[in-house]
Amino acid sequence: MRQLLIFIRKEFLHVFRDRKTLLMLFGLPIAQIVLFGFALSNEIKNSHIAIVDYSKDAVTQRLITRIGGSPYFNIQRTLASGDQLNAAFKKGDIKLAVIFPVGFGDDLVHTGKATMQVIADASDPNQATTITNYLNQIVLDFNSELSQGAGQRMQILPSTQMMYNPELRGAPNFVPGVMALVLMLVCTMMTSVAIVREKELGTMEILLVSPFKPFYIILSKLAPNLLISVVNLFIILALSDIFLDLPVKGSLLLLVTGSVLFILTCLSIGLLLSINAQTQQAAMMGSMMGMMLPTMLLTGFLFPIENMPVALQVLSNLVPSRWYFIIIKQVMLKGLGFSAVWKEMLILTGMCALLFTISLKKFKIRLQ
Amino acid sequence: METVIRTEKLTKRFGAFVACNELSFSVDKGEIFGFLGANGAGKTTAMRMLCGLLTPSAGKATIAGFDVYTQTEKIKQRIGYMSQKFSLYDDLSVAENIRFYGGIYGMSRPAIREKTERLLEELQLQKEAKTLVRELPLGWKQKLAFSVSIVHDPGIVFLDEPTGGVDPVTRRQFWDLIYAAADKGVTIFVTTHYMDEAEYCNRVSIMVDGVIAALDSPTALKQQFGGASMEEVFYELARKAKRKGD
Repeated sequence: MRQLLIFIRKEFLHVFRDRKTLLMLFGLPIAQIVLFGFALSNEIKNSHIAIVDYSKDAVTQRLITRIGGSPYFNIQRTLASGDQLNAAFKKGDIKLAVIFPVGFGDDLVHTGKATMQVIADASDPNQATTITNYLNQIVLDFNSELSQGAGQRMQILPSTQMMYNPELRGAPNFVPGVMALVLMLVCTMMTSVAIVREKELGTMEILLVSPFKPFYIILSKLAPNLLISVVNLFIILALSDIFLDLPVKGSLLLLVTGSVLFILTCLSIGLLLSINAQTQQAAMMGSMMGMMLPTMLLTGFLFPIENMPVALQVLSNLVPSRWYFIIIKQVMLKGLGFSAVWKEMLILTGMCALLFTISLKKFKIRLQ
Repeated sequence: METVIRTEKLTKRFGAFVACNELSFSVDKGEIFGFLGANGAGKTTAMRMLCGLLTPSAGKATIAGFDVYTQTEKIKQRIGYMSQKFSLYDDLSVAENIRFYGGIYGMSRPAIREKTERLLEELQLQKEAKTLVRELPLGWKQKLAFSVSIVHDPGIVFLDEPTGGVDPVTRRQFWDLIYAAADKGVTIFVTTHYMDEAEYCNRVSIMVDGVIAALDSPTALKQQFGGASMEEVFYELARKAKRKGD
């Protein structure tokens, strides 16, 4: 036991002596949160849009001119029918489409009310929300102008439809995503590098020749990274509460438990990587390519999983951060309890146990 | 004389490749045993088997009376090891390195403290106790690495090319340390490429292509192969090697 403590102490010395890495470890989550936080509130100008006007009356003409005159929109196409919209969206030519139904102007004059349809490409939910809001603002202004001019209440109601991502997972998605990403990165990369470094240095041989138990080597390597990750977790939670207005709605204890489960899973992955990697660079690349990309792409925080090809959907089940992402969203954003996340917790526990057992078995007591 | 290392037909195969072929030798307590051979001759493999880092494919070996197949934990307590690669932690201080290695061998706190002081004094590094190892000159590091490898007072120490890249004066000092340890009864098992170092050994074995081609005291070997120095003896044997070095 004392031997283990001596080893853990040494690992902490390594971490604290390496100021640059330490700075990066704690700077990363802060930078990410701040970046995403500001990126969210950024203006989006000159969005390409399409207009389908079935009504072709004076009112629609005026509104179209108004929209086209706004710095936020650039009318890319004026289409005769809505059939071509889908192709334009898929090609990425347009981000938003406005459709005026037949008799739009008549409705407005006779009933004081008319509905226009707004379709946004919500595969980028933030952008979709922002530009839809711009459009709604233009319509609102237009409404009050019309009402004043006509001396009676005139109301154009935009009926908005979010294409590709109807749930509109947007702003709050980033925090869980960043949490998963940062924890994954720190745990996987730091662990694999810490072990591979001993191999590179040649000290691993010395350790294996000594009576020190290989299992203890693993434990000592995990200890500092576990601590750093938990500290990081609290930094992210505090930042998102203060700057992004996203407090933890559910139980903090549940969230931390889920996070520790995820952290342990990532540590085990790092361990597994280190067994196969011979150099620190290889370990680094392995964690970057092997873990960071799936975490970004298959977790569901950048791209909704439901809209992916089936093969990728199946593959995403293997990515631990996918399950962690759900846990954070349920507990932190929706304030749900254990009953809402027990399945995800169970899956993470299973993954963690499996990965840890495999890496423990593969961690060689003898070098070859 | 007590025998501390004994091997009988010790063999290691990697697939079809026989790295060590039926090595049989014994080393006595307090002896400085030189283990020579060209690159790729199988020295490191043999040493790793003796340290318990590799399981032999065939043959027998005992270290301090313990079997390398079944009693590796007991062996580990009784041996020290210094690898080819420099094996101290660069980002830890001199004292921290000593404390760490003493600690993982299960030495008590007071024993570590006492040992640290004595080692620093022996190496005249008292002023550098808190210096990070990366700031020390290579020669000092190497001497420190040796002292650390015997910090837990093992009966046997395995040195795998301990003086690679070190200047002649420091090598000389390094060998003074080896002699001092041997005088205390520590058995030294050392591989080297420096033939002047081979002359310092009590007995020398020369491996060629995985087998021991010669084994005797330097004086006897020079007579046997008619060479004026170990250099000539080694050259005479090693040039017959068919394997390419690594």
